[in-house]
Amino acid sequence: MSTPKKHFILAMEGVSKAFDGFRAINDLNFYMDEGELRVIIGPNGAGKSTMLDLITGRTQPDRGRIEYGGDTDLTRLNEYEIARLGIGRKFQTPSVYVDHTVEENIWLSLRGGRGVWSCLFARLRPADRDRIHALLDTIGLADRARRKAGTLSHGQKQWLEIGMLLAQEPRLLLVDEPAAGMTDNETERTGELLLSLAGKHSIVVIEHDMVFVRQIARTVTVLHQGSILCEGTVDQVQADERVKEVYLGRKKKAPATVA
Amino acid sequence: MNSPTQREYGVVAAIAVIGLVVLPLLNGAVPESSALHLTTFQLGVFGKYLCYAVLALGVNLLWGQTGILSLGQCLFFALGGYALGMHLMLLIGKLGQYHADIPDFMVFLEFPKRYPSTGGLPPHWIPFRNLGFALAAVVIVPALVATAFGWLAFRSRIKGVYFSILSQALTYAATLLFFRNDFTFGGNNGLTDFKVILGHDVNQPATKRALYIASGLLLLGTYAFCRWLTTTKFGLIQRAIRDSENRVLFSGYATAHFKLFVFVVAAVIAGLGGALYVPQVGIINPSDMGTDKSLEAVVWCAVGGRGSIVGPILGAIGVNALKSYATHSFAEQWPYFLGILFILVTLFLPDGLVGIPARVRGLLARRRPPAGPTPPPSSSPS
Repeated sequence: MSTPKKHFILAMEGVSKAFDGFRAINDLNFYMDEGELRVIIGPNGAGKSTMLDLITGRTQPDRGRIEYGGDTDLTRLNEYEIARLGIGRKFQTPSVYVDHTVEENIWLSLRGGRGVWSCLFARLRPADRDRIHALLDTIGLADRARRKAGTLSHGQKQWLEIGMLLAQEPRLLLVDEPAAGMTDNETERTGELLLSLAGKHSIVVIEHDMVFVRQIARTVTVLHQGSILCEGTVDQVQADERVKEVYLGRKKKAPATVA
Repeated sequence: MNSPTQREYGVVAAIAVIGLVVLPLLNGAVPESSALHLTTFQLGVFGKYLCYAVLALGVNLLWGQTGILSLGQCLFFALGGYALGMHLMLLIGKLGQYHADIPDFMVFLEFPKRYPSTGGLPPHWIPFRNLGFALAAVVIVPALVATAFGWLAFRSRIKGVYFSILSQALTYAATLLFFRNDFTFGGNNGLTDFKVILGHDVNQPATKRALYIASGLLLLGTYAFCRWLTTTKFGLIQRAIRDSENRVLFSGYATAHFKLFVFVVAAVIAGLGGALYVPQVGIINPSDMGTDKSLEAVVWCAVGGRGSIVGPILGAIGVNALKSYATHSFAEQWPYFLGILFILVTLFLPDGLVGIPARVRGLLARRRPPAGPTPPPSSSPS
């Protein structure tokens, strides 16, 4: 008999994924509450991006279950079906439509008609316009609405992509290294933006920059060799011996174990 | 207000009047003795260019707008051509060399022995006696082939250069198939020697004029359709797929469905162009669907300016006019010439002929020498 389960927005249980024998994800168990902002850190090759690929349907796990919203198994669905369920993903490098205006970028991301026919005859309604402008205010690009996205700076493109995710009104946002390549000022504003979104959305952020992690994180999950090494506050995680070992390498530790 | 789009409409309207009214009048109403007279042969050559321009619009819809480089669009062009050509073959009747009820090549290949019950006509030819059926086939056959191939390719996420190679292979395979005599489409001679269309002699100047005008109207209609498509949300999605397909996919759009739709539409456009090409040129054979022809169509797009709507039309007409001139004067060098043209355009005019004004403006504004191939003039420097 199963005990009444807590309602998680995302629950990954016993998930494994290997590429040519390399275990990118190895018996991963990961749980996240609705409205939580969770930061995932881990050294290169720890499986962070593969984890997002598995959640968003880009790759299928060899084993395990990925449950969304308590009742939907994501492992059988493809990318666009998962996106339509309300899971938005921001890529590591900004991917926006460079030939479209900032407004159009948001318009294409707004919730609603995704079929071929509906797109042939869709018109921009006044309600859509209001929504676009509200979103542009949120991401601070209102004065760039008619500019082509290709003319934006790197940081602005990152914000635009976050705006495009928000336009989908996702329940779960997956954000891969949003601060990469940003100036300190831009990084801080990105952190504020993500903090303001937490609660309304559940957010997973993958990040390397520990200053940024400290700014936004409540709970940090450390991923190592495809499974979870530890979980806790920033201070707890940074004090953890295993985390230090993983990040600083074994060389320093090795003499201690010998002795 | 005088937006670039409105300027374009003005230019297109002016060209349409010249092409659809003035040129036919110069052929039909100006006496042959006059210096202004346009020969029926010349008008027929222009009509052929117009059909090529229709094909180029289809290539552009795929390549310029959606980022799918198909190297097999002439297959669909030829399928449309064959579909109408079959009807025209059956209209020849006893006017052929053998004065038989069936097309000459069927007599020559002894089809009456193979299909005795129908007097030599292969059963699938019979419905093509009906013009309506043939016209429907012009649209449906390319659409079906494109649906089957596109569904398999896009569902398996075949992209970029792999898609290009596959499309080329498909075209090549089809060419080999149509070369076979027992495939019942005339083998390497194809379909030719047409006599009548809609009850009119195909070689009469009035018939040629009508076919030319029909080609012009088809081109105008195709232009209007492509132009309309760019203004829709669908058009935005097309270009979004070209620039960042993953973003579109992860935004909840089934990009494969969009690509399949564009592929089928482009095939139908090509088929329509091919159908009007055949009665004007008077022949369709497997070399018309070959990979080299399909590559040429890609070059027209690049030269005119892929991504724009007017560019491919300009490219198709311009390059073919050049080809007509060049193959008269130095036929053997033409492929080299075409290759060099393609390389030069790709290196120095990535936006093609239609990109020249913007490029010149950009150079004047910056007052410095050309920066080389990289920055497309459409995006201002960041």
